[in-house]
Amino acid sequence: MRDIHVQEVTKAVKEMCISANYHLGKDVYKRLVLSEEREESPIGKEILNNIIKNADIATENEVPMCQDTGLVTLFIEIGQDVHFIGGDLNQAINEGVSQGYQEGYLRKSVVEDPLKRKNTGDNTPAVVHSSIVPGEQVRITVAPKGFGSENMCKLKMLKPSDGQKGVEDFVVEVVAIAGPNPCPPIVVGVGIGGTFEKAALLAKKAMLREVDDKNNNEYYAEMEERLLEKINNLGIGPQGLGGRATALTVKVEKYPTHIAGLPVAVAINCHASRHEERVL
Amino acid sequence: MGNEIKRISTPFTKDAVKSLKAGDIVNITGTIYTGRDAAHQRLVDTLKEGKALPFAIKDSIIYYVGPTPAKPGQVIGSAGPTTSYRMDDLTVPLLEQGLSGMIGKGARAEKVIAGMKEYGAVYFGAIGGAAALIASSIKKSTVIAYEDLGPEAIRELEVVDFPVIVVIDSEGNNMYDTEKIKYAR
Repeated sequence: MRDIHVQEVTKAVKEMCISANYHLGKDVYKRLVLSEEREESPIGKEILNNIIKNADIATENEVPMCQDTGLVTLFIEIGQDVHFIGGDLNQAINEGVSQGYQEGYLRKSVVEDPLKRKNTGDNTPAVVHSSIVPGEQVRITVAPKGFGSENMCKLKMLKPSDGQKGVEDFVVEVVAIAGPNPCPPIVVGVGIGGTFEKAALLAKKAMLREVDDKNNNEYYAEMEERLLEKINNLGIGPQGLGGRATALTVKVEKYPTHIAGLPVAVAINCHASRHEERVL
Repeated sequence: MGNEIKRISTPFTKDAVKSLKAGDIVNITGTIYTGRDAAHQRLVDTLKEGKALPFAIKDSIIYYVGPTPAKPGQVIGSAGPTTSYRMDDLTVPLLEQGLSGMIGKGARAEKVIAGMKEYGAVYFGAIGGAAALIASSIKKSTVIAYEDLGPEAIRELEVVDFPVIVVIDSEGNNMYDTEKIKYAR
């Protein structure tokens, strides 16, 4: 049994909220540079160049890359031999979000009630997904996500007979409908199987994989490649103004499902795909 | 971007509106106003009540943005465009009042494009996510209305060479429709 003080969680969450908003991930940066080199559209190339320049400025000046510093989605994997001490874990997480958004000069974009819409003032609460895993470590992933891209995510309960083609057609359709809105070139996460909520969670988790990471299941690795090609063949391009770079990467995750079902969720992230991970 | 940069200044007159075509790269210098979801609702409600708007809307440009808080020494925080379609239901009444330009990102509804053609207006795209870069062209920021809305308050911005692209012009030519076909396979 290992004791972890919840203040450590607060500190880690605070630092990750700030860092994820100031610094573009190295894997994403690398892929943007590659996309700029390959882009056929002159205007698309210029846009990618500006996106890279923006990331450099944000890092250098320690300012947010984007004004929509997002709603924080937080994944926490808790080792079953961990014992949290010193307070309430959920409060500690939200305290970290609050401190990070205040001290980092990040925008407070959360409203307390979805219909009455009063701002909570400190960007809390986060949306927290926790899971219990073996061991005595705690892995925290902070993913602040803007709603330009979040509003373009979709889920559909397909029929088993729709099969692979049905899944792929739906993914491409969702990206085509999103068009310029989610700030392409986008990162696409696809969740297949499970239940209604499991599919959405899988799609969100899929987007957290490194850009260069290949699916370790050959069938799904091929699907990821094929989907990326189909999406880029839409021609939407950077900012939707035409071009070859519509998506930077497509990641697919799956889970066992019911004999009567084929849930599919498509999560879309913008070109910044902000997230940071830390192990306590 | 290959094309020559066109420079416009505010007020953005109807003659200037007509001179711009979809695909033009434009730098804007002068005064523009910020406004997004909640501010648009209040502007439209104000018009319904027959009251005066908080700024002169004729020949003006509205930028759909909710900036991050300014750090000490900064004029404004990061300030990139937000997605425009959420303002679609609240845009035509402002076009009727003479609004000439909108800066945002993403697609617009047919009724907005029809209004732009009828009243003469341009829809500019700024690069979504390039918020730190864009902020460098904003020289002054003053909250002039709805301060209680925080990031959604209406700000008067003084900008110099603010970089945008004409996505939809006053004739309804729309780059979101015309360009993707060229790169589709």
